[in-house]
Amino acid sequence: MTPTLRALFGATALIALAGAANAKTTITVATVNNGDMIRMQGLMDDFYAKNPDIKVEWVTLEENILRQKVTTDIATKGGQFDVLTIGTYEVPIWGKQGWLLPLNDLPASYDVNDLLPAIRGGLTVDGNLYAAPFYGESSMVMYRRDLMEKAGLTMPDAPTWTEIKAAAAAMTDKASETYGICLRGKAGWGENMAFLTAMSNSYGARWFDENWQPQFDGAAWKATLTDYLELMNNYGPPGASNNGFNENLALFQQGHCGMWIDATVAASFVTGKDSTVADEVGFALAPDNGLGKRGNWLWAWSLGIPAGTQKADAAMKFVEWATSKEYLDLVASKEGWANVPPGTRTSLYMNPEYQKVPFAKMTLDSINAADPTHPTVDPVPYVGVQFVAIPEFQGIATAVGQQFSAALAGSISADDALAAAQTLTVREMTKAGYIK
Amino acid sequence: MSRNVSTTRRSVVTIAAWGIGFLIFFPILWTILTSFKTEGEAIASPPSFLFFDWTLDSYREVNSRSDYPRHFWNSVVISFGSTFLGLLIAIPAAWAMAFVPGKRTKDVLMWMLSTKMMPSVGVLIPMYLMFRDFGLLDTRTGLVIVLTLINLPIIVWMLYTYFREIPGEILEAARMDGASLRSELIYVLTPMAVPGIASTLLLNVILSWNEAFWTLNLTAANAAPLTAFIASYSSPEGLFYAKLSAASTMAIAPILILGWFSQKQLVRGLTFGAVK
Amino acid sequence: MATLNSRRAARLMISPAVLLLLAWMVVPLAMTIYFSMLRYNLLMPGMESWAGFDNYRWFLTDPAFFAAIGNTMKLVLGVLFITTVGGVLLALLLDQPFWGQGIVRVLVIAPFFVMPTVSALVWKNMFLNPVNGLFAHAAKALGLQPYDFLSHAPLASIIGIVAWQWLPFATLILLTALQSLDREQMDAAEMDGASPLQRFGYITLPHLGRSITVVILIQTIFLLSVFAEILVTTNGGPGTASTNLTYLVYAQSLLSFDVGMGSAGGVVAVILANIVAIFLMRMIGKNLER
Repeated sequence: MTPTLRALFGATALIALAGAANAKTTITVATVNNGDMIRMQGLMDDFYAKNPDIKVEWVTLEENILRQKVTTDIATKGGQFDVLTIGTYEVPIWGKQGWLLPLNDLPASYDVNDLLPAIRGGLTVDGNLYAAPFYGESSMVMYRRDLMEKAGLTMPDAPTWTEIKAAAAAMTDKASETYGICLRGKAGWGENMAFLTAMSNSYGARWFDENWQPQFDGAAWKATLTDYLELMNNYGPPGASNNGFNENLALFQQGHCGMWIDATVAASFVTGKDSTVADEVGFALAPDNGLGKRGNWLWAWSLGIPAGTQKADAAMKFVEWATSKEYLDLVASKEGWANVPPGTRTSLYMNPEYQKVPFAKMTLDSINAADPTHPTVDPVPYVGVQFVAIPEFQGIATAVGQQFSAALAGSISADDALAAAQTLTVREMTKAGYIK
Repeated sequence: MSRNVSTTRRSVVTIAAWGIGFLIFFPILWTILTSFKTEGEAIASPPSFLFFDWTLDSYREVNSRSDYPRHFWNSVVISFGSTFLGLLIAIPAAWAMAFVPGKRTKDVLMWMLSTKMMPSVGVLIPMYLMFRDFGLLDTRTGLVIVLTLINLPIIVWMLYTYFREIPGEILEAARMDGASLRSELIYVLTPMAVPGIASTLLLNVILSWNEAFWTLNLTAANAAPLTAFIASYSSPEGLFYAKLSAASTMAIAPILILGWFSQKQLVRGLTFGAVK
Repeated sequence: MATLNSRRAARLMISPAVLLLLAWMVVPLAMTIYFSMLRYNLLMPGMESWAGFDNYRWFLTDPAFFAAIGNTMKLVLGVLFITTVGGVLLALLLDQPFWGQGIVRVLVIAPFFVMPTVSALVWKNMFLNPVNGLFAHAAKALGLQPYDFLSHAPLASIIGIVAWQWLPFATLILLTALQSLDREQMDAAEMDGASPLQRFGYITLPHLGRSITVVILIQTIFLLSVFAEILVTTNGGPGTASTNLTYLVYAQSLLSFDVGMGSAGGVVAVILANIVAIFLMRMIGKNLER
């Protein structure tokens, strides 16, 4: 190469660089319409101040539609999104496929070791972190202290299912539309099956044995479903088979529920401004049956970057900002500590200001009580607490969820629901080649 | 309309018609009312119909959260674009079918309609792959193409039934008078065809505006119309009835207003050849 | 009258529409048929292998398949029944002279303009919800136990919602037809002492025959692929109580991301839809010839 040519090349490269620096990079972020994400969209000025050359386009969708769209897009390499909001179910599967960029080059200031080990573990495949947690959650019991008091009961910090049943019975007063317990009943792998799978873990049940044989015909699942139905039919609200997280949240906020066992992230809503019972809410760990496992799950909405994106640098900057310590401080300064996205960083729980938040300790304890790598009493061939991290799970669990939802609606018996669940799971697993 | 009926009978009919009309319209009215409530009032029991503190909070919230003008504009471009493109292709076809019917015209027409019965979900993945390869994902062009194809059979059929009612004798007469094909088209046929075309146009704008499968699945940020806008309010965490109502009102208002103003034109052509 | 020349011109005018629709039908369908022969899960790339008719075997032996066929038929027939009977009655009423016809017609036509997603969301949350819905409030005010529509009558609720959306369409078409009814014939029949019921049975109903077939044809096309309403309200449940064929295909292809199975389901749905189509076309074709 002649010197002139080399100079020419250098100049072109410089111009190109200058051009790139001037032009704004637009990244498209797909996210779920949950409160914490909506809040982030209102705080973008801070990000733009720090990154004037990046513009963020939001695609905010309801959870199921979001999942369907991002999965289609990433699997077909459609390239519509630069940052994806995904959960602990998708990350291990997609990471293994090489669909996500590993986040190994995070700067020291990001302090990746500060991430809660349980959450970080769920987002790591073969030593690579594939998504950064935006907020993490487990599940716990939220209950009405006033109603418990009126019933002459106290809620232990770590209740058993028997105690939950007694409390539900004591608090139920259908005449005043007060129902002892509200649980998820709406069919879906992320709805009723998230709850029931976590609950079944504390009953000693499991989805599959070590040879991938479905276990719905066992006694442990029967006990789980029977107790669940008994609780809901006797002490639950009407229409429970269509209640998901949102419906139960609305019920609890209006004072219709004595107890609600659901995501820890709900704590800030039931104690927030929309809640009519904000001052009366107590928290306890998810119940157990003395078998060594509690009925709580583990989930983290996380930000991942698809491997095919052309805008990896800008996307990385955004992910870093949204999941940083500084972002937590930013939310705290604007909206108060109770509204900070919970469950991702150890330092948050060390912060004396945050420790004053009523649900902080119970959230951390719940998260730490979940172990995705050993979710059940008996050994299993899969990871995941309230899910089984295999691609077939969404479809199977949603179909099983339909059966259990039908049992709750009273259109079929518990035994029929379990038999149908067993048949269809065997069918699907055979089709998928797990069962030879 | 000028039949003589007793006032009593007219009164009874008036009450019945208004009652039923109100019942049918009530869900929409209720949505609009709820959109002016606070979230707390939206689920209050017993609910209040008119006597609550009217507020624009939900509209403000929805507007600060989503880029409504962009979604609205996308919806306009996509629905009108696909309708105009569809008319462009369908008018000649329907014209020819109506005035030069062949032995298999009916079969072709019925076959066209049957393509509409293909379930969209079954072909999403192939379509997605094709869109990706042609660079049409998240573009308005892509959606205009798909919606044109989806609604083409209905357009052709509606126009066909309409054109068929234009009596051939008029054409003959015009020809006898020595009109050229061009003047025949411009002075004789176009005025007769306009109401049918207008009504077809309206029906298709409505159908395209409300199409929620392709518009949702083939877009992300740039081309997302109002159907995607609604999907971000469908079940968020926390109370959402008022916000959902506000978003719903904003999504349906444009087409509702258009429909109301043009209902006479819409109805005139909505006979599908069923009226002689 | 049609010369060879005009025939050629006609063919030229029709061909863009025909060719486009042919491409629109053939290309995705061919791809779907090809995919339906593969073991192809979107979440497991690189694992695609030839499956022959395995996907069809699995799809057709799925217990949900027969439930879905039944539900699809119930849904289509239920909505057709409500909208045609309701549409005729409503059209008869609106055809009478009364005060404020224009406004009432506007009120009645309104549901047709509402997006299916929006109408499903509104009905589900604000009306059918057994705690916060308006029907629940009404039941409570009357001292009754609120009825849980979506759990105990899921398909009927969906039929209701869809019928609400399509009733205006049927009413409008039938009303337009009624207005073209020969008044003198009616008056003559009345003079001859025919009862209102006889007049309806012998004059009005035959006159409406063609319109009713049109209503049935157009609605069937749209009703076979009802989807958004189910997705939003019940997700096809409880159990498979409100799963129709379209929803089942959706569950396979976008919930399990099993493209092979989903495609097989799509092909089956296309075949079934075409059987219905042929049947319908025969019936309509005959009725429209007159």
